Amino acid sequence: MEHIGIEPGRLHLSWISSAEANRFTEAVREVTSAVKAAGPNKTLVKTRAGIA
Amino acid sequence: MLGYVKKIREISERLLKEGIVDMVIGFHAGTVPMMNEPCLVKNPGETDNLVWDSNCGINLANYLTGRKEKIGIVAKGCDSRNIVNHITENKIKREQLFIIGVPCKGMIDRHRIVSMFDKEIEKVAEQEEKIIVSGEGFEETLKKAAVLQDNCAICIHRNPVIYDELVADPVEEQKDVDRYEDVRRIEAMPTETRQRFFEGLLSPCIRCYACRDACPLCYCPTCFVDESRPQWVGKGIDTADIMTFHFLRAFHGAGRCTDCGACERACPLGIKMRTFSMKLEKDCFEMYGWEAGLSPDERPPLETIPRTDKG
Repeated sequence: MEHIGIEPGRLHLSWISSAEANRFTEAVREVTSAVKAAGPNKTLVKTRAGIA
Repeated sequence: MLGYVKKIREISERLLKEGIVDMVIGFHAGTVPMMNEPCLVKNPGETDNLVWDSNCGINLANYLTGRKEKIGIVAKGCDSRNIVNHITENKIKREQLFIIGVPCKGMIDRHRIVSMFDKEIEKVAEQEEKIIVSGEGFEETLKKAAVLQDNCAICIHRNPVIYDELVADPVEEQKDVDRYEDVRRIEAMPTETRQRFFEGLLSPCIRCYACRDACPLCYCPTCFVDESRPQWVGKGIDTADIMTFHFLRAFHGAGRCTDCGACERACPLGIKMRTFSMKLEKDCFEMYGWEAGLSPDERPPLETIPRTDKG
């Protein structure tokens, strides 16, 4: 995905069971701060068609 | 390569007459220059319609999936690897096929040739390594090597990997080919540049799906773009939707794509979608040592976890 221009830090993949509450909260905190650091997204943004 | 025609017709006639196959899938001449059409020949008397030249870039393995008949199929190196892929994925049985193997030296890039001329091209003829393009008031001879399809220029599997009968002696494989030069050029771009590059590359797309329809890998009964509950991706020409379609289709072909170039050849706008599908081929090769469709006895890398895998 980096190849097509998604910044490193924007996309994360985790595999966490619903029984692993701590790992889940850790992952959420980590992803939230990493994505915030990447700033507003500029690619693959769907824009709404202008309504006349 | 032009001499192959006689052999293709002879083999096809024999296969049909002797009932070895119910039909032969090959090419016949199209109605416009540089466009040969796939055809199904069921009658031994019709094999004279079959042609072979440097405009046979479409992948005939595209027409095999799900068929129940006994089929003779004309296959270049790349096509044969897609046939192996179909066998691996259980879309056709080896016993159903009589593979007419064609050692290939490359197909010509119809988009590039059209863009070289202002006037309409009326005829494209071939003579050994020369392509003669003519129209109203002009005629020019091009070197075939200068107008090869992008994928053919870097091909390292010109000879069929699986076949029942070859139409000619195998050709020499190209050596010391750097298949990933273009990929590395993009890898060297900073993120912002890449975003703009890919947006520009794909912006002409009109979502006609010619690429998908020409691709042997794309045989899903309901393609993800046609799914409406839920709708994964919009049907229109919004940039985000276009990019989602193309990149996701490329991902679905990861480790399966043989770089046959049929997608680029079929595209009415000449979009170079191999620019990103090659990245996936590079990753599969570098991470797993995997090249698609080389042997029906090999299973794809992600199918099983070998005991040596460290996770």
